[in-house]
Formats: sequence, structure tokens, C-alpha cells
Amino acid sequence: MKLSVWTYEGPPHVGALRVATAMKGLHYVLHAPQGDTYADLLFTMIERRNHRPPVTYTTFQARDLGADTANLFKTAAQAAYDRFQPQAMIVGASCTAELIQDDPGGMAEQMGLPCPVIALDLPSYQRKENFGADETLFQLVRNLARPMDRTGHVTANLIGPTALGFRHRDDITEVTALLEDMGISVNVCAPFNATPEDLTRLGASHFNVLMYPETGEAACRWMERELDQPFTKTVPIGVGATRDFIAEVAQITGQEPYLDDSRLRLPWYSASVDSTYLTGKRVFLFGDGTHVAAAARVARDEMGFEVVGLGCYNREMARPIRALAKDYGVEALITDDYLDVEQRIEELAPEMILGTQMERHIGKRLGIPCAVISAPVHVQDFPARYSPQMGIEGANVIFDTWVHPLVMGLEEHLLHMFRDDFEFHDDAGASHHGHKAKPAPQPEKAEEPQPANDNSSITWLDDAEKELKKIPFFVRGKARRNTETFAAERGMTQISLDTLYEAKAHYAR
Amino acid sequence: MTDDSAPLPAAGCRDAPVLKQRGQHEVFCGLTGIIWLHRKMQDAFFLVVGSRTCAHLLQSAAGVMIFAEPRFGTAILEETDLAGLADAQVELEREVARLLERRKDIRQLFLVGSCPSEVIKLDLARAAEKLSLQHAPHVRVLNYSGSGIETTFTEGEDACLASMVPVLPDTDERQLLVVGALPDVVEDQMLDLLSKMGIDNVKVLPARRADSTLAVGPNTSFILTQPFLGGTLAALGKRGARHIPAPFPFGEEGTTAWLRAVAMEFGVDITLFDTVTHAPRARAKKAISQASEKLDGKSVFFFPDSQLEIPLARFLTRECGMTAIEVGAPYIHKGVVGPDLDLLEEGPTLSEGQDVEMQLDRCRAAQPDLTVCGLGLANPLEAEGLATKWAIELVFTPVHFYEQAGDLAGLFSRPLNRRAKLRLEAAE
Repeated sequence: MKLSVWTYEGPPHVGALRVATAMKGLHYVLHAPQGDTYADLLFTMIERRNHRPPVTYTTFQARDLGADTANLFKTAAQAAYDRFQPQAMIVGASCTAELIQDDPGGMAEQMGLPCPVIALDLPSYQRKENFGADETLFQLVRNLARPMDRTGHVTANLIGPTALGFRHRDDITEVTALLEDMGISVNVCAPFNATPEDLTRLGASHFNVLMYPETGEAACRWMERELDQPFTKTVPIGVGATRDFIAEVAQITGQEPYLDDSRLRLPWYSASVDSTYLTGKRVFLFGDGTHVAAAARVARDEMGFEVVGLGCYNREMARPIRALAKDYGVEALITDDYLDVEQRIEELAPEMILGTQMERHIGKRLGIPCAVISAPVHVQDFPARYSPQMGIEGANVIFDTWVHPLVMGLEEHLLHMFRDDFEFHDDAGASHHGHKAKPAPQPEKAEEPQPANDNSSITWLDDAEKELKKIPFFVRGKARRNTETFAAERGMTQISLDTLYEAKAHYAR
Repeated sequence: MTDDSAPLPAAGCRDAPVLKQRGQHEVFCGLTGIIWLHRKMQDAFFLVVGSRTCAHLLQSAAGVMIFAEPRFGTAILEETDLAGLADAQVELEREVARLLERRKDIRQLFLVGSCPSEVIKLDLARAAEKLSLQHAPHVRVLNYSGSGIETTFTEGEDACLASMVPVLPDTDERQLLVVGALPDVVEDQMLDLLSKMGIDNVKVLPARRADSTLAVGPNTSFILTQPFLGGTLAALGKRGARHIPAPFPFGEEGTTAWLRAVAMEFGVDITLFDTVTHAPRARAKKAISQASEKLDGKSVFFFPDSQLEIPLARFLTRECGMTAIEVGAPYIHKGVVGPDLDLLEEGPTLSEGQDVEMQLDRCRAAQPDLTVCGLGLANPLEAEGLATKWAIELVFTPVHFYEQAGDLAGLFSRPLNRRAKLRLEAAE
């Protein structure tokens, strides 16, 4: 057993639901107890879908346990077919049904329903939501896609976008435009808005664009093997990645590389003097592997930040993320326990967090600005406006989103110059955060909590401690850390005012 | 006692036939009760023994609350627990010990059963007994099931409160026990009204803290504030306490009838009762009439959710001028909602349980002016052109007693008001 409050991912059948809900003409019969229908509201509320997810729950109850649950499953499957007349069905068990061992796949096969019925085997006690989505799409593709003649002109499939995906809706539009500019059209986008019939046509395209490895990699690998379709390895998030993606597509297809960057603003915005203050901002990244890897490159190479830590919650991406962390000279954090993430953030004291909904809460608690780069996300990150992460417009969106939570350059100077100003005390917060400003705390208030660190053997002398407090709150964590590291490296046990300023000079940038 | 309420119906719904259907239930499981119970019981921790699904449900339902140092969590079962490789009792004891070590403020710990733990027959009752001994006297460990196979939504609160009843101390004192978790502000209003009638020895289950003076015995009379507390009613009966049947305190009429039942039980003078209730009754009526202008003459259709449906249908039809087409409840306990059924005019279909597809067919055919349903159905029905009131809000908002009567009517009129206000089409 493992005690948990937050989970970054739901159970695997929620992943299957994400695939089913993304598609049309597919129905999911889920052997599950009363109550598991809660998952419906992820789609109707968070994603604000205007229809019910295409899923029938068998809703067994305590009194059905025993022989009756099997009949319940058959009745539900038959009723679902009769009512919705889907082109194909997927059947499977949720965590509780997995324990009662009714074998939905076998039962559905016996029923001889007049449409393809695909059984899902999703181990609820080992795997999680992303695996569920990846495996479901893989099983659908494996059962439905067949080798066929390629289309006359060059086409691609878009693989991976699902329901409840972070910005999947708009990424599809953006990637479709990137390809069209190169004269490549989209054959099938799956699972988002695809029908089972569409999946039978997957084989007609010349190659696959793997948009999200978490939810599409197994399907792409199968198609590479069975349908002889290469797939792209670069996820086009950020300017550099988008250019690499275009080059990769050109190489696969033999088309001329072409990128219409007339609307691309990130490079100039980032180069303009207004952005100089972003240089070396210390950021911590956490989320799913794909978005973290992409964000790390944008952060370092396109925004000029310093990546002080990164990690992901999905073990499936642990290997590439560890390799990436090595490149960045930091230690990777692979965990699905948000307390570990919180502890790492506290240790690193970054100036900004790029993460998920959970990191936003952690940032709020620690007073560190945060922007969201990855699922899981709440309703506000399914925006009405066009806001992709991928491609040209994606880069523009990323620039705005990441800069917004930071204290602006001029404000930063003013805060520093007038640090004793009654309006610019620690609790006032950044002016644009919209919090009601709190009055300045009385002097000689309780000590602020010391961030946990390895340098606990070092003591701060009063003068130095006082001076440290004059440093604006959003850089104080870094100053404290740097000074302690500086002192530790020199074998000092006390930090005086001089040590503080020597450390400042040492780390000047 | 003066009574200027609407006339009693010629025939109520107590003996009306009930449509019972099996099929997909679009409802929450009892685990969701934890979301409001942990706010009410300030030194209690709710430890669900379940799967990732249970943790995911709580997180999705609790939203931002998860980051306000919540007093609930899930001990997620792993492969080794299922394969019998690990002794689940030992594992559980380890998790509990770690938790209590970190949270010294916890005085009551609830081990909450889930579908997986029930199906693999984890004996949480025995675990609770053992843990209670280990951690006595500082922490008391209790057990109940909030699983979907046994409980629907608010029944989780029932199971929780019922689990507390057998361990309450005995008392011979003459006292009133008010049962059901209410928001503090509502609870205080209720206590104030009772006190003005001279009923001062009033206890509330659940109490805000474990060290309250809550006790029960043969001279205890109890009244429910929530209709989903059938199990707790039975448990209190076993302790010799006496149930005061009454309509539920929704709206002006419901509150008056509820208070009157208590007044009768405790021999309160009629003049005193009228004096105490006169002003708040007038206030409530006025507030309802303002909020319910939009509701008058409109039809309403209830999908099953919380068992609040019958008392609320009674309130909406008798005090807001609505017509009920169908009143669906996950479970109908006539010993509890009988007085409300008596007041509900014959006519609407009463349904218990659910086949959601068939119920949706009936709803679409009836085209009600307002549909009360869960969040899984609300947006899809809105997209079909039906106005909805999502039902969870009725559990998460102060709605009981006189001062909230206007707010309660307002919850139902708001979606209709909004529809009237939005002008999303081009001008003709």
C-alpha cells in the first residue's frame, strides 16, 4: 500500500476513456461498479464537452457479486450496441472488475456482436492513465489498420491527440498547417475526432507524425513495423524543435523543407532588450516527459533561463528524461509523489516553476511564480481561445504564458532600489497578481522558515541575516543558497556580512 | 398553531407506485461524502483503502481543496497486496502509524472501505479494532464503507455517522440529538431557534470535534436534517433513542414542520412556538417569493443523486409553484421521507435506482423547463437545449432552515435567469 493524496495520473481505464471520448463511432463498455461514472465529468466539466462520453458502465453492485455480474456485462454490452450502433466497440474492466475476473473480452466475443469488438487488458494495479491511452490506441490500430496503397500525393497521419489532452485540440490545427505549408495533407488524425472506419485507412499515408509519445508511441511503432510507415521523433514544441521537425519531415518525405515564420514572434521578443532581465532566471521543470523535454530546450535556448532541475511523473519516459537531465547538468526527478516534487522545489529555490496543476499549487504555497506546461490541468487550461503549444503560434503562446507570471524587469529594479518601501515589502506580492496587498509585517516578527538544505551546519550571523532580508523575496532563496554553498565550499561555518557580499561577487552574472 | 401554508394535497405520494429500474447508474459512490465530512469533523482523518481510481475520484471531486492540507488520503492497493504477497493488515498498520506520526492533531481515524477492498474482503472492521487498541486513548479508529457497490453519494455520510453510533457513551439524560452534517452557520441558526423555544439540551451528530459530550440513550429523541440517514436512524434506534419523523427543513414550510415536530416532542407551548417562528417565517416567505418568480409554473425533472430529491421536489412544488414531472432518487426510505411524500401532490413519476439511458429518453420526451442532474449529464443536456441545475451544489451549499430558504430557491432559478439574460444569437 502507498498513501497518496494527489495522483498525477488516473487509473488506466481513464486513459481508455480518453481515447474513446476523442473518437466518434466507437463505444466503450466498461465493467465497473457504481460510482466509476465520476470519470464522465472530467470530460463534460474540465474539457466542457457537449456530449456524454461514449461509454456504458455495467454498474454492478454488492448484491450482483457472484455469477450475476457476467450477465450484467452481457446485457450492458448488448444494450449499448442496440442503442448506439457503433462502428466498433472496446470492452474492458476497471480496477474492481479486474478483481472479480469476469473476462469482458471473452464474453463479448461469445456474444457475436455485428461489429469489431476489441478487448482491452489494462492492469489497474500496475499501470496508469497514459499507459491506458497508449495501449487502447495501439489495440485499436492493431485490430483495424491494414496495409494498403499509399495516397497519390504525400500524406501523414497525426497520432496521439486524445480527449483531456493538454492543448491537443489546437496543436492539431497548428501541425496540420505546418504540414500543409510543405504540401503534405493529413490522412487521418487519431484518436482525436477519428472513427473506427478512419483507422482502417491509416495505412494509406506515407508516414506518421507522433505528436505525443505518451499516448501514441505503441501505435506508431506497430505501424512502422507492419505498415512500413516511418514516424517523426521530434515533437515540434518551441522554435528550434519546430525547425528540426520540419527538417525531419523533409528528410522522411523528400519534400523541400519550408516553414512560414512570418508570424513567429518568440525570437524577436526574446532578443528584445525588454527580455534581458530573463537571462539566467532559475527555472524548475516538471510534468509529462514530452512536455518537460520540449520546455527544457525552450527555457534554456530560446528564453535564456537556467534550468536548475527537471523531472517527470510518468515512468515510461524516465530513460529519456534522465539522459536529458544529464545534458543540462542537473539531476532528474522521476516520481509520482507530489511531496517529493515539493521538497525538490524547496531545496532548489527556483525563481520560476514550469509544471502541472500540482506545481501551480506548490508555487502558490512557496510564493514562486509558475506557468503550466503539462497535464494534469484544470478547466482554465482548456481555454476558449486558440492556444497551441506546438509550431509557430505555439512558440508565441509559450513566450507570453511563461513571462506573464514573472515580476517585470522594471518592477524588479524598483523593488530592489526601494526595498524598504512600505508598499514593496515581502508580503505585498507582485503588483499584477491581483492579490489584495497585505500590510507590511511588523519588524522583529517570527523568523521566516529556513529552507531545508544540506548546509545546516552553517550559521548566519545577525548582520548577514538582516542584510539577507533586505534582498527582495523572489531572489532571496537563491542568495541564501548561493551564499551557503560558497561558504561550505570554503569550509566556513559562519556567514558574516562580508561572506554574503563575497558570495554575491562570486556568483555575479 | 397558525398555519397559512398551501393546503395539504388531497392525496400525497406515500403510496404512489415507484418505478424501479436497473442499468447504468450515473451517480457518485459514497467516498465523495468525505469531501464535506472532513471539513465538518475537524480532528478526523479519512483514510480510504482502495485503488488509484478512488484517489482519482477524491482528487477530481475535491478540486482545489486537496491543497488546503486535507485530512483525507488513499492507501492505494498494489499488486503485492492483491497477490497475497504482503499481509494487508500489516501494511495498513504501517501506513496508519506513519500517518498518525505525522499528524498529531488527528483524534479520529476512519478507515473507509472501497469497492476493491470490499471485493478482496479486507477486514477493515478488525483492522480498526486492532488499531484503536494500538493508538488508544489518543486516537479512535473506526471503519465504514463508502464503496460504490454498497453506497451512493450521500450514503457515505450515513455509513460514517452510523459507524460512530455504537461507540457513543450512554446517557439517561433527556436530550435532543440533531443528526446530519450541516454547515456551521446553519447549525448555529438551528440551535438558536431551538434555544428560543426552551430546548437547550441539544447535541449534534457529527460533532465538530471528537472530544464533544455526545452521548445517547433511552431518553434521547433524535431528528434527521438530511434524508439520506436511514442507516444512522437504525443504529440510533438500537441504542434506544426515539426518532422524530418530520418533513425535512427545506423552505419555510419544511422548516416550520420540522421545528413543530420537535416542539411537539418536547411539549413546547404553541404561543411560544409562534412567537419564535413568526418573524423568520415571514422573512423566508419573502425571500422565496423574490427568488422563485422565474420558477412559478415551470416543470422540473430530478435525476437520482443524493436522496434530497423528494424533499426538494416538495419544496419546489409547494413553495415555488413548480410542477414535478419525475422525481428520481437513488434510494427511497419511506420511514425517512414519508412525511415529505405525504406533502408531495400525486402526479410525478417516482423512480428509485436508474437506467440512465431510459431515464434520459423520458427526460427528452418530457422536455422539462428545469432538469436537476449530476455534472456528467449537465453540459450534454444543456447542449441539447435543456436547462439544468447540477445537483452536487445542493449538497455543497447552505440550504437548510429559514434563512437559507431564499438561497435554495435561488439555486434553481439561477440557471433559468441566466438563460433569459444571455443573448448569443445575432439580432433579427
